[in-house]
Amino acid sequence: MERVLSGRAVVAGAAEGTALVSREPLSLWGGLCPRTGEIIDRRHELSGSYAAGKVLVMPWGRGSSTSSATLLESIRAGVAPAAIINLKVAPILALGSIVSDELYHKAVPIVVLSEKDFFSIKQDDHLNIEPDGTVKVETRP
Amino acid sequence: MSVKLSKRDKEYLDGQHGKAGQIAMRILARMAEVLEAEELMDVSQAHIDGCGLLSDAGLEFAETLVSQGGRVSVPTTLNMGPLDLQNWKHFGVDEEFAAKAIRQGKAYTDMGCIPTWTCAPYQSYLTPRFGQQIAWGESNAICYANSVLGARTNRYGDYIDICAAITGRVPRCGLHLKANRKGQILLRLVDIDPAIMRSNAFYAVLGHLLGTAAEDKIPVIEGLDPEASGDQLKALCAAAASSGAVALFHAVGVTPEANTLEEAFAGNEPERVIDIGLGDLLEARSDLSTAGEGDKLDLVVLGCPHFSFDEFRELAGLIKAQTNKGNKLHSNVRFVVISCQTSYALLQRSELFDVITGFGVEITLDTCVFHTPMVSADTKVIMTNSGKCAYYAPGELGTGVAFGNMAECVQSAVKGRVSREEALWKES
Repeated sequence: MERVLSGRAVVAGAAEGTALVSREPLSLWGGLCPRTGEIIDRRHELSGSYAAGKVLVMPWGRGSSTSSATLLESIRAGVAPAAIINLKVAPILALGSIVSDELYHKAVPIVVLSEKDFFSIKQDDHLNIEPDGTVKVETRP
Repeated sequence: MSVKLSKRDKEYLDGQHGKAGQIAMRILARMAEVLEAEELMDVSQAHIDGCGLLSDAGLEFAETLVSQGGRVSVPTTLNMGPLDLQNWKHFGVDEEFAAKAIRQGKAYTDMGCIPTWTCAPYQSYLTPRFGQQIAWGESNAICYANSVLGARTNRYGDYIDICAAITGRVPRCGLHLKANRKGQILLRLVDIDPAIMRSNAFYAVLGHLLGTAAEDKIPVIEGLDPEASGDQLKALCAAAASSGAVALFHAVGVTPEANTLEEAFAGNEPERVIDIGLGDLLEARSDLSTAGEGDKLDLVVLGCPHFSFDEFRELAGLIKAQTNKGNKLHSNVRFVVISCQTSYALLQRSELFDVITGFGVEITLDTCVFHTPMVSADTKVIMTNSGKCAYYAPGELGTGVAFGNMAECVQSAVKGRVSREEALWKES
């Protein structure tokens, strides 16, 4: 079954991947290893998961202003999330993606969804993100 | 683009002020859209965070800007960098890393940045004044500038900070505007033992709790000691901007936009009121440690954010108290203090220098344990008085961490094991 959600494309782009969902915000610096894509914040519920190629679904970014650098470096290393979905605009994440776009012509699409839509996405849902902010959700049986 | 750009902004965008200026303005204009700002505005100072982390992408970005003619147009200080520029060999940093770090540092100083290399710029040089519009990076410094100084900055992450410094412009939104600086939630300190309130550890613990409790709101603290020192508020800011995204807090009777509770909330009611008692502080304090009492200690790290002269003085007093009893630094423990050239210059002019280095303390400057590879792989347990360092150590350094105040860090360094005074923090 496919559902179609309509969000705001904070950084426009197309991507697809499996949802990696957290209800807790994550600081990418100290939270994401930019060489491997592992979630390394040992206090975070996703600790030990790999974000590379996944669609990272979390309410917003938190903590260090170095997080944009972590995202940029992970994009350069090819281990960044395929896309990020937030509940509120996370400027530091958008920044990492935009700088990557300007420097390497490669961005991680970022979409902000309404609360109802955001919380409707479940772990391991397959997500298809379109440049206009549309998110197609396929729940695995 | 829906953002209204000035004539000069458009000149930047068209490349009339060079290619670096064009890249900088493109990033600023796109971020203005993200932030739904209507226009850009002037800033008169910048602090760069993007010079801190050494990454291939970060180095490429800085060298691209400098080679394309990038020069800062407002006074711009630098956060700590990835290298102790004088002593990196002593700290076992390899040559390849050092060479890249030196290149990155040079790119920023070639763009005209002031080589302050500190994460506590507000204690170092070019302190912003009340109401000044600035573009600052480094989460603890952002929190301090907004909350304690009353200057106005949003959270400028890597690498919009240098874009703002080059163009002197930022999106006009967020904490730059008075209307967005009102308190939203109230945290009341209830029945906290004054002895706890006086301890330095209290500020890091409260900060850790504040970051978690505030979520994305501007918190107002009621009950904080009006005599709180700059170093104590620094500890609070660093912890709050690590466990949470706090870029601004008010403390009634302490910070300049909160002379009264009414002023802090601009006459509005708090959205939420949270009472903080001893139990909450105990929980936050224990959350800051992954290592336990009596664990074998490998490394003590003080100076996150960078040590001030006053903190050196406090440390020297604690060391003297130990050495007077004939105690020495335990042979298995390394003791590192992180600081900046400004504080170090003062230290060198005082008799404290010999007390501290004589005890075996290693002082590293211009950098930080998280950004330079100086913590050896066999380091299992570190101890720190910093909420920020305690928060990030397990993930970034892969070590266990014990949080304690400065006296407990010194005491543990003598014993070679984590040793804290629990009596103060017991529930009565």
